[in-house]
Amino acid sequence: MTDPKKDLLYRLADDQLILGHRNSEWNGLGPILEEDIAFSSMAQDKLGHALQLYSLLHELGEAEPDTVAFTRNAAQFHCSQLVELPIGDYAFSLMRHFLFDHAELLRFEALAASSYEPLAQVARKLKGELKYHVLHANTWIRQLGTSTEEALEKLQAALDLTLPYALGLFEKTEAEPAIIAEGLFIGEDVLRAQWLENISRVLNQTQLELPDLSAITPVGGGRHGEHTEFLQPLLDEMAEVFRLDPTADW
Amino acid sequence: MDESTILSWLDEVKDPEIPVVSLVDLGVIRRVQIGADGHVTVRMTPTFSGCPAMDYMRRDVERVLREHGVPGYTVEMSLEEAWSSNDVTERGRQALREFRLSPPPAHQGIIDLDILEYAECPHCGSHNTELRSPFGPTLCRALHYCHNCRQGFEQFKPV
Repeated sequence: MTDPKKDLLYRLADDQLILGHRNSEWNGLGPILEEDIAFSSMAQDKLGHALQLYSLLHELGEAEPDTVAFTRNAAQFHCSQLVELPIGDYAFSLMRHFLFDHAELLRFEALAASSYEPLAQVARKLKGELKYHVLHANTWIRQLGTSTEEALEKLQAALDLTLPYALGLFEKTEAEPAIIAEGLFIGEDVLRAQWLENISRVLNQTQLELPDLSAITPVGGGRHGEHTEFLQPLLDEMAEVFRLDPTADW
Repeated sequence: MDESTILSWLDEVKDPEIPVVSLVDLGVIRRVQIGADGHVTVRMTPTFSGCPAMDYMRRDVERVLREHGVPGYTVEMSLEEAWSSNDVTERGRQALREFRLSPPPAHQGIIDLDILEYAECPHCGSHNTELRSPFGPTLCRALHYCHNCRQGFEQFKPV
């Protein structure tokens, strides 16, 4: 039986690391300078968040953060499939960011009350930073979601495409009952309900339509090490420099 | 050597990305303790968790302790009392204004949209300003625009 704390931390940290890397791929390519900076800044934040969480895992006896981040293969990662998908066009990356960060802010707000005090401390720090991510996503979803036909078409297509993967964020593991019973976290079902309320509120202010969730099969697997073909190439690229000399002192 | 002497040394250490504000005025030095054996422990806390300058600040603190001949020291990073922008001192806020960086508005612990969008123009002092982007040249800065003097400016973000 996996330690519920480690189970929870790996899922949290891997989501941050992988989406952080994907966000960094907008560096130099953003549609406007401010968006280039925004995605690069969110990438930097998320890598910082991943480091804090891998450090907690290290305190629990796991390897050094760099080793954990750069030496595992895809099947050893516990991120959701949502975060590993390629950046696609800006509409896709924006929609993924909107759906992911709404869940992430709620997740860390709840974790701020975790019975596991070191994680609660990290969560209290991270939730303040995540507010800016949600503010950024909401601003652009509202603005583009009420603009031209082309923008609406692209965003609606992105929403339809990402939603099944976004529902995969709330995939449970075997440790879920223990995680809730020990007061580590409120649990994925409660989080999903809060998330749906928050994203609906913003989407209702736009011309975008939230598809009927009961008709959608969530894309899971990521929490159990089942990933898309896109994760391993990402890991290879991310760890390319580290693997040249794993003992180098930077 | 006492704790206030060490704090006065640390006042010489500046934020490498905002070289007019000391770490003490930034509020990132949480505690200085001298043990019975003379061992000095400095506890720091990061402003933003992904801030690349934190490592440099930590090294600068270690360098200052070394240069003042402190024989044994530990510089630790802790989130026990997480940093809030309210921790920037009045002197720090004044230094930010002179650097033409709008200081973070004081808040009561709850950061809502009103706080996030509020900024005082560091050029003309007007509050007729608008948040242009919550992300700027560093993690701790947001981009705003002043409708009074019609200039863009940066703000140290409230968190």
